[in-house]
Amino acid sequence: MAERRNDNKKEPWRDPSAQAYVQIENVTKRFGDFVAVNNVSLKIYQHEIFCLLGGSGCGKTTLLRMLAGFEPPSSGRILIDGKDMADTPPYERPTNMMFQSYALFPHMSVAKNVSFGLEQEKLPKAQIASRVEEILDIVKMREFAGRKPHQLSGGQRQRVALARALAKRPKLLLLDEPLGALDKKLREQTQFELINIQERLGVTFVVVTHDQEEAMTLASRIGVMNRGEIVQVGTPSEIYEFPGTRFVADFIGSVNMFEGQLIEDLPDRVRIRSAELGGVVYVDHGISAAPGAVVWAAIRPEKINISRTAPADAAENCVSGVVKEIAYMGDLSIYLVKIASGKMVRVTLPNTERLSDHERILWDENVFLSWHSSSPVVLSQ
Amino acid sequence: MARPSIPKPTARLLSGRLGPWWELFYRFGPPRWTTYMRHNWAGKRLVIAVPYLWLLLFFLGPFIIVFKISFSEVRLAMPPYAPLWQWVTEKAIDVHLNLGNYLFLLTDDLYVSSYLYSLKVAAISTVFCLLIAYPMAYAMARSSPATRNIYLMLIILPFWTSFLLRVYAWIGLLKNNGVINNVLLALGVIDEPITMMQTDFAVFIGIVYSYLPFMILPLYSNLEKHDFTLLEAAADLGAGPVTSFLRVTLPLSVPGIIAGSLLVFIPAVGEYVIPSLLGSSDQLMIGRVLSDEFFANRDWPVASAVAIAMLLLLMVPIMLFQHFQSRELAGAK
Repeated sequence: MAERRNDNKKEPWRDPSAQAYVQIENVTKRFGDFVAVNNVSLKIYQHEIFCLLGGSGCGKTTLLRMLAGFEPPSSGRILIDGKDMADTPPYERPTNMMFQSYALFPHMSVAKNVSFGLEQEKLPKAQIASRVEEILDIVKMREFAGRKPHQLSGGQRQRVALARALAKRPKLLLLDEPLGALDKKLREQTQFELINIQERLGVTFVVVTHDQEEAMTLASRIGVMNRGEIVQVGTPSEIYEFPGTRFVADFIGSVNMFEGQLIEDLPDRVRIRSAELGGVVYVDHGISAAPGAVVWAAIRPEKINISRTAPADAAENCVSGVVKEIAYMGDLSIYLVKIASGKMVRVTLPNTERLSDHERILWDENVFLSWHSSSPVVLSQ
Repeated sequence: MARPSIPKPTARLLSGRLGPWWELFYRFGPPRWTTYMRHNWAGKRLVIAVPYLWLLLFFLGPFIIVFKISFSEVRLAMPPYAPLWQWVTEKAIDVHLNLGNYLFLLTDDLYVSSYLYSLKVAAISTVFCLLIAYPMAYAMARSSPATRNIYLMLIILPFWTSFLLRVYAWIGLLKNNGVINNVLLALGVIDEPITMMQTDFAVFIGIVYSYLPFMILPLYSNLEKHDFTLLEAAADLGAGPVTSFLRVTLPLSVPGIIAGSLLVFIPAVGEYVIPSLLGSSDQLMIGRVLSDEFFANRDWPVASAVAIAMLLLLMVPIMLFQHFQSRELAGAK
């Protein structure tokens, strides 16, 4: 997964004095009895790509539509560039949106679609024409300017939708599942193009997606949503390596979760006894939970070693089991190992070498699973 | 489906003598023969043939007869026109083609002026129908699916009463001592009854009222298909409600507008009942002229010429209608 180059830019969310471009303050949206967005507060800074990530029905699109002005919040307020947006209709907001369905005007050519927003600004004709050409160049759709949307492929439509949303040079671009309709290859390619465009034009992006891979690739920060609430906000690596809750750990990537009790709780290390694991998990960083509390040790599949022989220090952070399933994915293989408690543990191994069958670990073999003491994340909720 | 690809030797022998039907029979056998028919002939063509036969018999046939009559001369007889051709001897035909009926249409002021009047009434009625129907259809398309069905029911409901009866009901409303005048008099808005019957106004009311559903339904079926996110996109790009309507909704509803307008305009041009019952007798619409020629004047050739001329004039909008309907269908795919 591509990590965004943030080294040359400061991370404004770490700077308490930084002025947020979008401020969402205690926003709640109800549809009848259903609470779609529940008391969400967020700060999004300029030049960010902020991803709202969550399963379907978690309220991420509703939040985006409130930013665009299509839905008024039931309570709370939204400030864009320091201005309260409560009484501003969508056509007066400094935002543009790229719709999930693209919503291209079917009766207008590509060029007309792109110029629509500029015409509303009553710009001179020549200026509109040059802006349209410029933006179509950016999305590499210049030679299709005269076509109607139904004469374009899905990927081309998506580019036109992006061009149309960018044409007015919005300060804030809202993207609703921008790459949802594209196949995997095209999607990866477009993700990098999106990042390039964003860096070139310096627009702030708010992206709604259910695809964690997409969020990881695009985002400078991710806000994970569940049932209308923001569960965790952080950079992709923070979210992945230090999930705050079991939901986040489970939602982003895959994870092995072992329920257990804290038996030793020191500032620099903890030990968890887990019946599910049939052993002790030793973690070399402290957590904050009451001794004896029920906690969960979450270990990512790629951080588990698999071997035929027991590792030297097998007392802790080690468990044995039988290989039940192997899925060969090309770049890596997934092993499902059944341990004594009956729990299936998921382990991924990169296929760094081309091994013959007798060298590879195969079905029904007894194996030892072990991991470094820095790997587990201890979750208390 | 597995078919025996190699015919039996006997079949090959027989087919030479008994022709292709035996070939068919032996290739496919009695049960497969019906399959063959079903696959290659029966279904598709039969379905198309029924309406074609119907139109041929009951539309094209009478049309040709009327066309023929329009070229003959009037005569006080039964039937009231001269035959177009006669057998003079056994091998010679005497054909009388009388173009006078068509020339007469142009020379007598009555026909041209009633044509123009009909077109005017139809055009104005169509515009009013459009102005009234568009907001109604738009509101219907924007309401929830449950209320939509109720509205549709209400639009179609008047058809359950006879058309004639509904036009008569308008007489009751519009006449000098009718409902409207009585109410206005009672309220003191007016001192003496307004004359509404036997005016153009009454004709417009009657036509707009009667043909409104034909405008609403195609408009509704077009507007209902509109993607609401397009309006959101327009708003997002800075277009206010009016601009959004003019630049997105209206252009996209053009096929519906044209379909509805033609469905109103074409029958309104030939409308007979409404102007006869509600309109004045000073200015006749072409439908009335046509019926007068046939039944009062008994000049069938001139009446036929009127009918043919009217049909030719209406061909243009009908062909337009066809064109846009096929485009609408192509767009829906």
